[in-house]
Amino acid sequence: MFWKSTYNEFLKIAAKPRSYIGVGAITLIVGIILFAMKVDGHNFISFVTQPFEQSLSFEGKILNGNLIAFIILQMLIIHVPLLIALVTGDLVSGEGAMGTIRLLLTKPISRTSILFSKYLAGCAYTLIILLWLVFLALVVGKIIFGTGDLMVLNSEGLVILQEKDLAWRFLSGFSMAFLSLVMIATLSLTLSCFSENSIGPIVSTMAIIILFTIIGTLDVPVLQKIQPFLFTTHMVTWRNFFEDPLPVDKIISSAIILFVHIIGLLAIAVYKFNRKDILA
Amino acid sequence: MSDSEEKIVEVKHLVKHYGKFHAVEDVSFDVFRGDVFGFLGPNGAGKSTTIRTLLSLIKPTKGEIRLFGKDLIKNRNYILQRIGCIVEKPDFYKYLSAEKNIEIFARLSGVTVTKSKVHEIIEFVGLKGREKDKLGGFSHGMKQRLGIAQTLIHDPELIILDEPTTGLDPQGIIDIRNLILQLKNERNKTVLLSSHILSEIELIANRMVIISKGKTIVQGSVSELLNAQELVVSFSVDNIEKAKQLLGSLPEKNILDKIEDQNLLLHISQERIPVINKLFCDNDINVFSIEAKRKLEDYFLKLINA
Repeated sequence: MFWKSTYNEFLKIAAKPRSYIGVGAITLIVGIILFAMKVDGHNFISFVTQPFEQSLSFEGKILNGNLIAFIILQMLIIHVPLLIALVTGDLVSGEGAMGTIRLLLTKPISRTSILFSKYLAGCAYTLIILLWLVFLALVVGKIIFGTGDLMVLNSEGLVILQEKDLAWRFLSGFSMAFLSLVMIATLSLTLSCFSENSIGPIVSTMAIIILFTIIGTLDVPVLQKIQPFLFTTHMVTWRNFFEDPLPVDKIISSAIILFVHIIGLLAIAVYKFNRKDILA
Repeated sequence: MSDSEEKIVEVKHLVKHYGKFHAVEDVSFDVFRGDVFGFLGPNGAGKSTTIRTLLSLIKPTKGEIRLFGKDLIKNRNYILQRIGCIVEKPDFYKYLSAEKNIEIFARLSGVTVTKSKVHEIIEFVGLKGREKDKLGGFSHGMKQRLGIAQTLIHDPELIILDEPTTGLDPQGIIDIRNLILQLKNERNKTVLLSSHILSEIELIANRMVIISKGKTIVQGSVSELLNAQELVVSFSVDNIEKAKQLLGSLPEKNILDKIEDQNLLLHISQERIPVINKLFCDNDINVFSIEAKRKLEDYFLKLINA
């Protein structure tokens, strides 16, 4: 019954017009970035490399598909949560708003199974959105700009990663990005269990992300103590896979914190959903 | 009571409180196999809360609910597999077709439902030809029919319909009423029907419970409960004065309520109607019409205002 329910949830997500907003938005934004980089990418690269040109000499094709993919991911990974929450925040509350929750919860399947079906379908949607972003950024980027070594500018300075060393870094980086997006999906699903309308959980998810991001950037000692435990702090951990040497401890710690958040939020969602009186 | 004595639904002293608000205070009733059971009460009486509790949509504060002889909380899935329901209004996924909506709910019903069964049930409720249409374009009546299709798709033993005729036009009400009677007569289903439209219950239910302010007021056979009540019967006659004199000769006193035009309104029991009719006819009084004014509405209002 669980898999039948999960299949139903996939069908519902696939049939909902709002599910395609994310796909459309990503296509449009990546399309614009690719176009802009094609037209004016060299000026952009010169602007970035200028400070280093007195001490370093750059050879080869700096503006390549790998760099484009990295830039796109860096720009979009902060905004993709909104597109994810648009769908996952609606999974439970949308049923309440539509009234279909009454029929759904009178079927001989436990509420926990229904919730996990929705969660699994939401995670699959998250994966599809991320894979689409990866496809556009990495595959289409490489088709347009070719391939080459990746030059990454981070807080430590400039890191040049060889092309042959990039495949596993992108794969690991995407996996980490997926984990942080699943965290967003879990948060919005949990908030969805508390609401009877679709907008509330979506707006609340974004409000929490913005609030935590602000707290994460404030240089106040009292806030600095909690910063390592905010999930938003770990949403950019995917970038750590493009550092050399790899900060393994930092990556593991981020993954654990995100996992703990996911499990904690799921427990709250299951508790709330099972105890909820359906009055809609 | 129906042909079978088997209790399908047993509700004992059901209580549901939301903080200080007492939605259901003490509701008890039994539904037997084969019943079309009317669940009556004014708005706010606790009908919907009780029905949602029966379907495990709401957790009771106190009380016992047994369906098919089993405790609802301990045997939720076993019980729900045997129930088809519409709660308030049949809401579906507007972005899916009628067929897909039925398939989605059928998949969760616990039995394997073929595509031909889906088409058969859609045809049964009179929606043939609209299977592929999205629900966004469906009228309320069509959604109500689809709701009934959804309740029947897994061939349940018990069908629970909460206010199934709300918002329907007169033809829609008749159609739903006929569908319910078809369910009982042709498919041998037990139907629990909640409504505040009393004439609906009077026309199709064989047993009923009336609740008010969250409490059971009365339950039993519809005909027995109604026949026990005194009627107001209107006799339209050609000679009012002579008829009045004849009424004075009867053993019952003060049965004449009032005279309206050429109509005598009498307080009598159902059994006395032919007696009085014969008395008038034997004394050369022409009786043009006899109309029993007693309705479930009167009985209902009498009970809930008591």
